[in-house]
Amino acid sequence: MPIEVRHLTHCYSEGSVLRTVALDDVSFTINDGEFVGIIGHTGSGKSTLVQHLNGLLKPSSGQVLVDGEDLNGEHVNRRALRQRIGLVFQYPEYQLFEESVEKDIAFGPKNQGLSPDEIAERVRYAMDCVHLDYDKYAKRSPFELSGGQMRRVAIAGVVAMKPSILILDEPTAGLDPRGRDKILNMLSELHAREKVTTLMVSHSMDDMARLAGRLLVMSEGKVVADGTPREIFAQEEMMTSIGLDIPDAARLCARLRAAGYDLPADLFRPEELKEHLLRLWKEGSAC
Amino acid sequence: MHSDTRVQLNEVTYAYEEQASPALSGVSAVIEPGEFVAVLGHNGSGKSTMAKLLNALYIPTEGNVIVCGYNTREEKYVWEIRRRAGMIFQNPDNQIVATVVKEDVAFGLENLGVPTEEMLPRIESALAAVRMSKYADSAPHMLSGGQKQRVAVAGILAMEPSLIIADEATAMLDPSGRKEVFDTIRSLNRQKGITVVWITHFMEEAALADRVLVVTDGKISLSGTPAEVFDHVDEMREIHLDVPHMTSLAGELRAEGMPLRPGILTVDELVEEVKRLCPLKSAT
Amino acid sequence: MLNNITMGQYYPVDSKVHRLDPRIKLILTIVFIVAVFMAKTFAGYALILAFIWMVSRVANVPFRMLLRGLKPLRLIILLTFLLNLFFTPGETVWVQFWIVRITKEGFLQAAFYSLRLAFLVLGTSLLTLTTSPVALSDGIELLLTPLKKIHFPAHELAMMMTIALRFIPTLLEETDKIMKAQMARGADFESGNLISRAKAMVPLLVPLFVSAFRRAGDLAMAMESRCYHGGEGRTRLRVLKITRNDWIACGVMALLLALIILEGIFL
Repeated sequence: MPIEVRHLTHCYSEGSVLRTVALDDVSFTINDGEFVGIIGHTGSGKSTLVQHLNGLLKPSSGQVLVDGEDLNGEHVNRRALRQRIGLVFQYPEYQLFEESVEKDIAFGPKNQGLSPDEIAERVRYAMDCVHLDYDKYAKRSPFELSGGQMRRVAIAGVVAMKPSILILDEPTAGLDPRGRDKILNMLSELHAREKVTTLMVSHSMDDMARLAGRLLVMSEGKVVADGTPREIFAQEEMMTSIGLDIPDAARLCARLRAAGYDLPADLFRPEELKEHLLRLWKEGSAC
Repeated sequence: MHSDTRVQLNEVTYAYEEQASPALSGVSAVIEPGEFVAVLGHNGSGKSTMAKLLNALYIPTEGNVIVCGYNTREEKYVWEIRRRAGMIFQNPDNQIVATVVKEDVAFGLENLGVPTEEMLPRIESALAAVRMSKYADSAPHMLSGGQKQRVAVAGILAMEPSLIIADEATAMLDPSGRKEVFDTIRSLNRQKGITVVWITHFMEEAALADRVLVVTDGKISLSGTPAEVFDHVDEMREIHLDVPHMTSLAGELRAEGMPLRPGILTVDELVEEVKRLCPLKSAT
Repeated sequence: MLNNITMGQYYPVDSKVHRLDPRIKLILTIVFIVAVFMAKTFAGYALILAFIWMVSRVANVPFRMLLRGLKPLRLIILLTFLLNLFFTPGETVWVQFWIVRITKEGFLQAAFYSLRLAFLVLGTSLLTLTTSPVALSDGIELLLTPLKKIHFPAHELAMMMTIALRFIPTLLEETDKIMKAQMARGADFESGNLISRAKAMVPLLVPLFVSAFRRAGDLAMAMESRCYHGGEGRTRLRVLKITRNDWIACGVMALLLALIILEGIFL
């Protein structure tokens, strides 16, 4: 179910002195099954964009088409359309409210009008996706769990709706390295297993390098770059000019190349660098 | 003046009432005046507990914590301790009490009974030190996370502390906010000699400290300079902590026989080492 | 938009009235309310209206801003008017059809009581338009301080008010976020009858409460870390001073009260 964004513009406080352009003529298409990362500085428009993709915000101009249908069109059943798009906000654990993990995860499917059997099945499915053991956690209160676990319950709540597209806004924000790894592994597995089109908004270049197959780079309301991580991280100057960093490995590669070493221009994974550096060393000592 | 500003933990154990095993057990450490010490550990390791023991929010179950010459067990010195050991917390919002920045910075001074005439100069210099002077009359909810944290720091600074404890102060901020706050604290440490205990799980911050203490399961498992600590790549991985990418890359290269020096933390350091080991055949 | 919401409707311009001591303004507002209740004739009301108009001029507050304060209560004022219009017994009948009966006395009484309500609202609006929430809470705290002798928690009350004011915008933002998150899960806050809409509030209110408690705990720790230990020994950044203008304002109010009393006696 592809998402197509056409010339999307969003202005806050339209018609007043405080008018700010949050999104400026943004266009792109997300295809089925992709894992797309959206990166940008705070204020680049990432969060605004994400809220448009789910129909929470109306464009000032332009369109958002989901499966060919205009999300903000006249005769569109927005609620139904919205439920095909799963949106996980930042710090989603703050939205938990039910007495048990099971009930909270069931909230989404219940709103979708599913039968009790279907709901129960969805809850199990979702908990499995986020690696929370059903027997251990289903009946417990979500407020007893650790921060990372609560986050996974919140994500499960969206996954249980079986959306065709999963959009996550900074899924690793505020987590320690262990929590972060768990979430990223879970997302990667979910994407691989269920082939859910996934969009992840993040500040972390490392997270993006690990998971994204394609990156949309945003700055000041515009999409300034659209390509694979390999292509994007090779453009150090562009990235630093808009206030973003590139992964350490990519920077190492750029510095060494600038110093005259024979390395491919677009390395960004530490493993790749390791091979090449060993090669360089062995060649050097062979003299 | 700051006479004795050392911080000492002597065989400190702390157990929460509801939990079976203690959060900290038998921890000993000394923090010298003017040091910038990073405390690394994953969530639940005991590092936040340690922070709260330093300003007498918690009293040790066993052992003693001595801050600036005062034992935290002695109730009558609690306010002395807290004046000298200021603490900033993880959630930028949940530290700000007043509706206007200037008023919030004044909060600590009001609590200490500082005379009204003295307050304004202290507030102004605290705000200047964190570069938030032009926001003195702003409402806190209009500020970014990094700005709110800096206001919190100003609130502490106005009280003229010898020690600042930052309990994961950057965990909820975006990268630029993190940099803002870290740089602010670091410059206070370098320029005013304020001792800093920086609790974090971000390795890039710990890499810039004078000393790193790694806390695991309630004990200090590693201690030393950042270079020394991060070189224990495998150990760090085992306790689920990040190691700077360059450090772990250097470790792997060393494992394959490449004689890189120990303690590489940054890209530039690795570049220098590569240049040393693989001299370029200068053609022309 | 959310960012501009403060409690009440503080109109931030500079004027003699804005600069009056909030304690004086609070006391004078109470006196004003007494005066409104004491006025017995429309002549008295004319005085009161003139007073309100005059204060709004000195305060640089446009009269229409003042009248906006009546908007939320327009239904109640209308109800007061209609109830008195139709159900007051009287002799001079103006209109009579079916069971509806409008008398001259009824009309006058309706007008009188509705005006009274309006004046009460306008008077308190003057207070909130010219006094910032911070100044108000300061004034309240200092006025209540003498009650500390009977163990009334004046300082704690003021602290609570300040913190509440501080967190209102923050909580509003959080409400917005939670609402959006639950809407993304299919929650419906708009349609349905009263009961289903009340139930729909649970996914909004529970997280808010949980988060509010957590904030409270965090804030308490942060306050203690900055040596907060209650009201004892605390000094203040903002010091309130009574100036000549405050005495003038008291004088004007005393004059109004005197005139109203005289009106009550002679008219």
